[in-house]
Amino acid sequence: MTALSESGLILPRYRRDPEGTHPPLDSPGYKSTGLRHPKQPLVLLPHKLTEITGPLLGPGRLGELDNDLTKQHPEEPQGQRIIVHGRLLDGDGRPVPNSLVEIWQANAGGRYKHVWDNWPCPVDPHFDGVGRTITDNEGRYEFTTIKPGAYPWKNHDNAWRPAHIHFSVFGTAFTQRLVTQMYFPDDPLFSQDPIFNSVPDEKARNRMISRFDLSRTVPEWALAFEFDIVLRGREASVFENEEDE
Amino acid sequence: MSTPSQTVGPYLALGLPWADGPTVVEEGTPGAVWIRGVVYDGAGTPVPDGLIETWQADAHGRFDHPDDPRGAQPGFRGFGRCPTTDDGEYGILTVVPGALPGEAPHINVSVFARGLLHRVVTRIYFPENTAANAADPVLAAVPAERRDTLVARKSEDGYTFDVRLQGEGETVFFDV
Repeated sequence: MTALSESGLILPRYRRDPEGTHPPLDSPGYKSTGLRHPKQPLVLLPHKLTEITGPLLGPGRLGELDNDLTKQHPEEPQGQRIIVHGRLLDGDGRPVPNSLVEIWQANAGGRYKHVWDNWPCPVDPHFDGVGRTITDNEGRYEFTTIKPGAYPWKNHDNAWRPAHIHFSVFGTAFTQRLVTQMYFPDDPLFSQDPIFNSVPDEKARNRMISRFDLSRTVPEWALAFEFDIVLRGREASVFENEEDE
Repeated sequence: MSTPSQTVGPYLALGLPWADGPTVVEEGTPGAVWIRGVVYDGAGTPVPDGLIETWQADAHGRFDHPDDPRGAQPGFRGFGRCPTTDDGEYGILTVVPGALPGEAPHINVSVFARGLLHRVVTRIYFPENTAANAADPVLAAVPAERRDTLVARKSEDGYTFDVRLQGEGETVFFDV
């Protein structure tokens, strides 16, 4: 779990994810990667103090209604009300408690409340599409929101993004920082989406799809989806000085 | 098995910026400096839909974090976050971190943007620390001709650190 660095400090180390877990930065199907992916090889960064620590951002970051996106205006937004819940876990299945979870999403028609989004779909004046919460002691989080719509984009002919919610999480170390997207089960738009399909490994890709959760639906009120987020785990015990031999 | 990374997309500015994100320390803090820069794409065009995040030790090289074996030093957030402007610019108000055991003073930087399916990570080093930089093991692992992409330049109110995602003068990025 730990490594003795040259400085004599005992530090945890984080496992590197298996090949295929994350999208390659150069993913030609997603055109915006063309001028934005580094072409030089990445340099391996050892896990030292700056990497094994990270921002621990707590309740001071939250407003009262930040986890209920349907109550941030005097009237409710249009759309299918849903509960999105799950756990923030590390790679060994341990919950990550008291950790900030941030989300943003389009409205029920697939339009973001952003000046650059101007496709012909109405803005919903009662929906900002932004949420924040903190995981509890068991790493659980929960949002109430509406199901976002799919929307067109100009990546390829007749391109549509599958409905998704953007998630941003920190874990407890710089190495664990993750921004991802949560998708919905059985979306017919998966097959033509280069962002979803940029993840090479099929099992890894499917971890981005939430599960319909009948047990957490609220009768005559809301459907529910479960989405666990798994961050990197710590490595088995290796001492740096042994490894160097 | 980790959840895969996905791009922040073009509308990250809805969800990620905080009013106090760019100020790791308050204005007027002794020793506070602005680290400013521009994020460029491979055509040399500024990236207007990006986000910079910084993580660093305090001026004494300490973190407010339980995994620091030297003990947590409470009170320093250490984290900065700033979206890029229409001209690709960002700015973080902070203090220069102290040296860490065996490492020159540095700030870890994550860059997020539309077109980046995974954050890219780089480091800011400081130009005045010539000797410490020369002895830094992470800088030593970087090809010599590319090291200067990791060293900020002095500016009027602090430092300049530009990020070039691709092409001529491409910033060194790390596999974390």
